Amino acid sequence: MLIKQLSVFIENKPGRLAAIIDELGKNNIDISALSLADTSEYGILRLIVNNPEEAAEILKQTGIVVKLTKVLALAMDDTPGGLSRILSVLVQNSINVDYMYAFVGKVTSKALMIVKVSDAELAEKALSELDISSVNPKDIYRI
Amino acid sequence: MAMWQKEIETMPREELKKLQSERLVWQVNRMYRNVELFRRRMDEKGLKPDDIKSVDDLSKLPFSYKQDLRDYYPYGLFAVPTDDIVRVHASSGTTGKKIVVGYTKNDIKNWDTCIARMLTAIGLTNKDFIQVAFGYGLFTGGFGLHNGAETIGATVIPISSGNTHNQIQTMVDFKSTVLCCTPSYAMYLGEAVEEAGMTDNLCLKAGIFGAEPWTEDMRRAIEEKLRIKAYDIYGLSEIMGPGVACECSEQAGMHVWEDMFIPEIIDPETEEVLPYGEQGELVFTTITKEGFPLIRYRTRDMCSLIAEPCKCGRTHIRMKKPCGRSDDMLIIRGVNVFPSQIEEVLLQTGGGITPNYQIIVDRVNNTDTFDINVEMSESLFADDVRSVENLEKTITAKLREVLGIGAKIHLVNPKSIERSEGKAKRVIDKRNIK
Repeated sequence: MLIKQLSVFIENKPGRLAAIIDELGKNNIDISALSLADTSEYGILRLIVNNPEEAAEILKQTGIVVKLTKVLALAMDDTPGGLSRILSVLVQNSINVDYMYAFVGKVTSKALMIVKVSDAELAEKALSELDISSVNPKDIYRI
Repeated sequence: MAMWQKEIETMPREELKKLQSERLVWQVNRMYRNVELFRRRMDEKGLKPDDIKSVDDLSKLPFSYKQDLRDYYPYGLFAVPTDDIVRVHASSGTTGKKIVVGYTKNDIKNWDTCIARMLTAIGLTNKDFIQVAFGYGLFTGGFGLHNGAETIGATVIPISSGNTHNQIQTMVDFKSTVLCCTPSYAMYLGEAVEEAGMTDNLCLKAGIFGAEPWTEDMRRAIEEKLRIKAYDIYGLSEIMGPGVACECSEQAGMHVWEDMFIPEIIDPETEEVLPYGEQGELVFTTITKEGFPLIRYRTRDMCSLIAEPCKCGRTHIRMKKPCGRSDDMLIIRGVNVFPSQIEEVLLQTGGGITPNYQIIVDRVNNTDTFDINVEMSESLFADDVRSVENLEKTITAKLREVLGIGAKIHLVNPKSIERSEGKAKRVIDKRNIK
């Protein structure tokens, strides 16, 4: 369930985001999910792509600061209360959610969510006891 | 025209030169005896005190540097036992270490005299109320003006710096006739007074401004806003503090009190002495200082000297406003800032690696702005906004601690700081102060 996410530093200036996305597109990197956290001065772009290591290398070579971060990819029932069940497990285990964002694509009929937590290993273990269909990283990167 | 010490202030040049020569010989002899560093530098040049017979021999003497004050911190360059030192002042050095200067009773008296001469030269008397809004403390600004003002019998209002509302209220209530502070603060006060609609309630007639570069345009703007005459004062703590040189009522350059300080202008590269009128680095020799004397001290201030007699009748030479530095020191809001200080803070917060940075100084609404762009790097970057914000906060707080003033930190993309010939340009000073 742990997958690798690209975290990219972006200065808040016109064209910075476009340049990064463009660079990835030119190198056949497929983006399956993204989120942008921003302050008035800079932002952090978070990406799930089909080949994170290669994408990181490509961006580094163009002088962009990038880090690979381990995040949880969770598939949940696409029904009311689906996300709530997962969050309550995290709460019971005192695991903090740093941030989360929804996935663009879908695996079967499940809704997909990317979650960054304070303790990824513990979260993974706690959630495995719950009836949540685990997502194969390979499937995620392929979306 | 009133003068504090007419005989000295209007002394014919020939006589002044004789007085300087006597005092220089005295100073060289006692420093050779009492200051180890000076003796060693003389010996290295193969010079004996006897080789110095008049001011014409001045250029033979070795230079002294700010670094000397750090190397001999705190009291290693004093020329008297500390029993005779009645006060010390200090300012921040480039790497956190302060530089310390000491004064004997006579030194303080002479300092008071320098200020008293200036105050009298701009028409002030014991009837005046002088609001000293320079900082009091280890910085020389506050106490320097304070004692000189008391010397002429004026009423001193030792308010120190800051708290604009209180400054204005005090100016009005205490009927201050003179304001002393940095020019940018005077400008700021002027605007605040205007905004408060208090201009008509002021009794101000003159202002004494220094400790940072300012322009003629700024002078006129301050004069208009506060309805005063604005006078320039120059000094540095190594030589004494404010009052080494100051303007008279002519507002046409600052008289250097040559019976106490001998100014020279040198080419900072070749170290050769340049004739009066030419621009170069200002060098001072203190010929009356007992506690902490300096021979040929490199101020790093670039300026020129005016040898033509002044209309006021004083014979002491005038210096123009310094127009720059021969090192990389910046003066921001009256505070001395060296890029090396910033580099050290970035080194500490950057986990042992100095990130690329660029200092941008500008003047907006007569107040200096101070921005530092820091290039983001992998070692600094973390995935969450909170730690990036913390990094920004840590750098800001550390800089404030080291420099004493605040800077705005901007984290920017790697390689976004322009490089010339591979080397990043460290400082962009957009202020046009000439």
